[in-house]
Amino acid sequence: MDREAIRRKAWEAAARVPDPEVPVVTVADLGILREVRVEADGAPVALVTPTYSGCPATRMIEHEVLKALQEAGFAAARVETVLSPPWTTDWLTEEGRDKLRAYGIAPPEKRSNSKRALFGETAVQCPHCGANETERVSEFGSTPCKALYRCTKCLEPFDYFKCL
Amino acid sequence: MVDKKSLFNYLLRLGDDQQILSQRLGEWCGHAPTLEEDLALANIALDLLGQARSLYTYAGEVEGLGRDEDQLAFLRYENDYVNALIVERPNGDFAHTITRQFFYSVFMDLLWNGLLKSSDETIRAIAAKAVKEVDYHVRHSAEWVIRLGQGTAESRERMVDALDEFAIYTGELFEMDALATEMAEAGVGVDLAALRPQWEAEVNNILTDAGLEMPKVNWMQTGGRSGEHTEHLGHILAELQYMQRTYPGMTW
Repeated sequence: MDREAIRRKAWEAAARVPDPEVPVVTVADLGILREVRVEADGAPVALVTPTYSGCPATRMIEHEVLKALQEAGFAAARVETVLSPPWTTDWLTEEGRDKLRAYGIAPPEKRSNSKRALFGETAVQCPHCGANETERVSEFGSTPCKALYRCTKCLEPFDYFKCL
Repeated sequence: MVDKKSLFNYLLRLGDDQQILSQRLGEWCGHAPTLEEDLALANIALDLLGQARSLYTYAGEVEGLGRDEDQLAFLRYENDYVNALIVERPNGDFAHTITRQFFYSVFMDLLWNGLLKSSDETIRAIAAKAVKEVDYHVRHSAEWVIRLGQGTAESRERMVDALDEFAIYTGELFEMDALATEMAEAGVGVDLAALRPQWEAEVNNILTDAGLEMPKVNWMQTGGRSGEHTEHLGHILAELQYMQRTYPGMTW
């Protein structure tokens, strides 16, 4: 295989790895898998980036990506963590956003909250009924990447993937 | 060229601040006044822990003696910790925890923003992540300062008590000792003293909205940066280091 073929095959294997917390999206959908590089000896190196500094899934994701590469036949594959440029929710693909919505998690609004806007609430669309009449319950949710919301129309609670 | 030993010690200060406060906030897990606050405080603790891990990992690389994040986090003695005293103070009641978090988060917001321009590439990368997380911490604690200040007579009284307790621990955050000066001059660190006017302005703005005011203090507590701690740090470490001290070298 030439280097480009290795890179493509390794990318495809790594890109399929689901996020451990939100298994409906892959690491590629989330923008966590940044690129796959091929070393001089033909070993692929997957570059992954943490979402939130303290995200407990980071280790797990590195482990799963490495396993996927090994299962694809790359015994010498490696996974490297890159901090810069920092991950942002803008890297979520359109496909990833649609999958999140279908799963019941509102995808991040493109514009981040300003920290000066105290008690301000981002307008978030309910992923269940599509209504815009929603309210924030808490800016912190069940994982570092989520906030708790409630729809005042269909009354269902839901997670919002918060902006970073 | 930046002195490696100095850079290592500077990274430890940053790492210890995040780790010890993370440990403190973790104590609220299962005890916060509401479920949402339980999650919020644990989430903030997790952010700080993640930042501490990046800082310790890098510190270990800089030191070059093969110590990793776990060894720096779990296998140092009390006097080797160089965190500011404010982060080791007990949680007290919810108003105390919020006040400490508010003072600290406003400070860290300014510091991480300054470190975005650090001459050190890894510090810049860590800062670029942290700066977005600390936004949430500032907003969370500032909103609570206002709610509690404008809440009931009791919540207001507790805020006044908390401000009185923590005000004397804020001076240390801006101290420019030899190490802080060396790092600022090398372009790695930030002139901490220069952050103070902006910190005071931001804190006062929120306190004004809350109907509270910063107590006047003419004396500031100090010592943490040189390893002189209050009696509380030892108790934190006893719990924090328990597993590694009992089973040295244990891994998951």
